[in-house]
Amino acid sequence: MDQIILQLLNGLDKGSAYALIALGLTLIFGTLGVVNFAHGALFMIGSFCAVTLQKILKISQISIDETKVDFLGNALKVKTPYVEIWFGEATGQMIIDWSVPLAIIFSIPIMLFIGWAMERGLIKHFYNRPHADQILVTFGLAIVMQEIIKQFFGANPIPTPAPDFFKGSFDFGQFIGFEVNKIIYPYWRIIYFIFSAIIISGVFSFLRFTTFGMVVRAGMVDRETVGLLGINIDKRFTIMFGVAASVAGLAGVMYAPINSPNFHMGMDFLVLSFVVVVVGGMGSLPGAVLAGFMLGILESFASMNEIKSILPGIDQIIIYLVAIIILLTRPRGLMGKKGVMED
Amino acid sequence: MSLIKPTRRGLLKGGAFAGAALAAPTFFTSQANAYTNAPSGGSVTLGFNVPQTGPYADEGGDELRAYELAVEHLNGGGDGGMMNTFSSNALKGNGILGNKVEYVTGDTQTKSDAARASAKSMIEKDGAVMISGGSSSGVAIAVQGLCQEAGVIFMAGLTHSNDTTGKDKKANGFRHFFNGYMSAAALAPVLEKMYGSDRRAYHLTADYTWGWTQQESIQAATEAKGWTTVNNVLTPLATTDFSSYVAPVLNSGADILVLNHYGGNMINSLTAAVQFGLRDKMVNGKQFEIVVPLYSRLMAKGAGENVKGIFGSTNWHWSLQDEGSKAFVKSFGTKYGFPPSQAAHTVYCQTLLYADACERAGTHNPCGVGEALEGFKFSGLGNGDVEYRADDHQCFKDVLVVKGKENPTSEFDVLEVVEVTPRAQVEYAPDHPMFAGGELGKCNPGA
Repeated sequence: MDQIILQLLNGLDKGSAYALIALGLTLIFGTLGVVNFAHGALFMIGSFCAVTLQKILKISQISIDETKVDFLGNALKVKTPYVEIWFGEATGQMIIDWSVPLAIIFSIPIMLFIGWAMERGLIKHFYNRPHADQILVTFGLAIVMQEIIKQFFGANPIPTPAPDFFKGSFDFGQFIGFEVNKIIYPYWRIIYFIFSAIIISGVFSFLRFTTFGMVVRAGMVDRETVGLLGINIDKRFTIMFGVAASVAGLAGVMYAPINSPNFHMGMDFLVLSFVVVVVGGMGSLPGAVLAGFMLGILESFASMNEIKSILPGIDQIIIYLVAIIILLTRPRGLMGKKGVMED
Repeated sequence: MSLIKPTRRGLLKGGAFAGAALAAPTFFTSQANAYTNAPSGGSVTLGFNVPQTGPYADEGGDELRAYELAVEHLNGGGDGGMMNTFSSNALKGNGILGNKVEYVTGDTQTKSDAARASAKSMIEKDGAVMISGGSSSGVAIAVQGLCQEAGVIFMAGLTHSNDTTGKDKKANGFRHFFNGYMSAAALAPVLEKMYGSDRRAYHLTADYTWGWTQQESIQAATEAKGWTTVNNVLTPLATTDFSSYVAPVLNSGADILVLNHYGGNMINSLTAAVQFGLRDKMVNGKQFEIVVPLYSRLMAKGAGENVKGIFGSTNWHWSLQDEGSKAFVKSFGTKYGFPPSQAAHTVYCQTLLYADACERAGTHNPCGVGEALEGFKFSGLGNGDVEYRADDHQCFKDVLVVKGKENPTSEFDVLEVVEVTPRAQVEYAPDHPMFAGGELGKCNPGA
C-alpha cells in the first residue's frame, strides 16, 4: 500500500510538469491553430532563467588572497558576490539561496517577450501553412534555441538548488498513519505540485472569469465571427502565445531544482507533452491537464519493480501504449471536440 | 617503311618486358601502401573523434583541448608537458618519425552510428592513420570495430566498460583508461573499511554495456567483502527523472544505494536520491549511504553539493602530485585557464603513447605500432608504473578512490583523492570470466 501511495505522489509530481507544458501547447493550438514544437525549448529557457538569475546574483568582486594558491600555484583569486557586499553576508547568501523562487518574477517578462517575439517574428508567417510546415519550422527553432543556450551555458547540467528551507523530505506516511520512513517525499516536489495546481487554476480562471478570457474562448470557437464584431482577436491571440510561453517558462523555473538544467531538457519533455495533448484531445485545455496527470501516474506505476517483474520494459512504453488504446477507443482523445484537426 | 617480322622468341621477350613493366608499378604501390593511410608529404594525420554536440559535448571539448595540446607538444611547441616526464625518450618534439603531426576532428554525438560515420570519413577522406576518442563505451566499441576493419590503430578515450578490452577487444584497439572491474576492485575495500561488511546494497544501473559490466563488477567485489545485493534495477538510458526508481529504495531493506550511472544519468539519479532524503535516514540501524562507482569531475560538478562525501573511483585527478601530473596540469592550465579532466588526461596520454610507439617501431604500420605497444611498460604519465598488457591491450595502473569534497576551495575542487589503490590490487587474469567471450584476433594493416 505504501508503494502505491508513493508512486501516486510521484505520478502527480510528474503529471504536474506534463500538464503545465501540455496546457501551454493546447493554448497555442486552440487559439492560433499552430502545432508548436518549440514549446519544450520554452520550458528549457524557463529553467535557464533560474540559472541566469543565480549567476547574476553570484556576480562577484575579485580580490587576491596571497596566503592561498590556486591549482597552478598562483595567488588565489577570491570571489565575493556583490549582493553579500551590498546587503551583508547573511542577507546576501539568503538572496542567492532563494534565487529559484525569485526567478519566477524574473522569468515572467522574459518569457512574455520571447513568446511575443516568436509569434510576431516567425510563427505568424505560418498560420495558413500546413501543420507539417509548422512542425518543421518550430522544431528547427527549438534546435536553434537549445544550441544558443549550449553556446552560453555549456553542455553540462548546471546545479540550481532549491532554498535550504525546502531541502529534505516530508514523512507523508507518518502524516497519514503509516510507520516512520514508509512514505517520504521531497518538499520541493510537493511545492512543485502545489505551484502547478495554482498556475493551472490561474489560467483557467483567467479564461473563465475575465472579459479578455471570454473573448479568447469565443475566438477559439469561431475566430471569424469574433473578428466581424470588431474585436482584434489576433492581438489577443498573440498575448495568449506570450501567456502560454510564460506557463512553460514557469514550469521550467520551478523544475530547475528537481533536475539540473541542461540545454537538452526541453526535447526530453516535448514528445511526451504532445502525446499528452493528443490523448487529452487537441484543443481541449481540461483534457490536457487530465491527460498530463493520468499519464504521469501511469508512468510512475509502470516503474514499480513489481510491475516490471511481470512486464519487463513496460515503464518505457506505457505512455504510448495507453495513447494507442485511448485513440483507438476515443479517436478525438479524452475530451477532444468534433472538428478540431479533422479538416 | 619497314615492318618487323614477329617471331616466337621476340613475342616471348616482348611479353616478358611488358609483364615486368606492368608488374613493377603494382609492386612499388603495394610497398608504398603496405598499410592504410601511410603518411606522405612530410606530415601525418591523426583523427580525433569526440562528442562535440549532445549531452557529453563538454567532456568532448576537454578531450579536444588535450589532443590539441598533445599535437602541439609532439610538434615541438609549448612547454612539452608530459613529454618531459615520460619514461620513454623516443619522442623528440619533431612530430612523429619526422613527419609534422596534423589532425582532423569528428563529432560522435555520443551515438554509435554517427561515431562510425565520422571515423570512416576521417580514415577515407582525410587519411587519418590513427583514430582516438570516445566518451561512451558503446561508441568506443563501435569505432574500435570499424578501425579493426579499416586497418588503423584505435587509441580509446573515455570508455570504462569491461567489454572494450573484454569480449569486444580488437588487435588494433588499445585502452589507457581503467574499467569497471578495476573500479570495483579498488572501491570495495574502501567501502568495507568505511561502511562495514554487513551491508545491503540496492543497485540502479544504466541499461547498456557499461552499466551492465560496472554493476556486475561492483556487485561481485562488494559481495566478496560480505555485502548482500537486495536488488538491481535497470534504468533506461534516456531517463531524466529518477524519482520512480529512487522512491522504493528506502522500503527495500537496503542501506546502501549504488548508482551505476554516468554523466547526466548520474547527476539526475544522485540529485533524486538526495532530494528523497536517503542520506539522512537510518536503515537497519545504520546510516544510509550512496556510492557512485565511476566519477567524472566535469559531471560531478553538475550534481553540485549532492556529491559531498560520496565515494567513487576515477582514472586520474588534477590534484595528484607526481611529476607527470604536475607537468600536465601546468601545461593545460596555463593554456586554457582551468585544470584538465580525467578524459583530457587519458586522451593526451593516448596520443603520446601512439606517437612513442611509432617512433620505437620506426613505422606507422598498425601492426608495427601494435607490437610496440603490447607489453610496453612506462611511467611518468601520471598513474605510476603502467603496462599495456599484450593479452587484451588493457593498460594496468594505479586506480584512485575519491569522494565528493566536503569543503571545496574552488569550482574545480569537487573531488578529493582518498586512496591510490596499487595496480596489483586491480589486476586480473586475461581469461577472467567477466572479460571472456572475445578474441583479440590479428592486427589488420589495411590497404
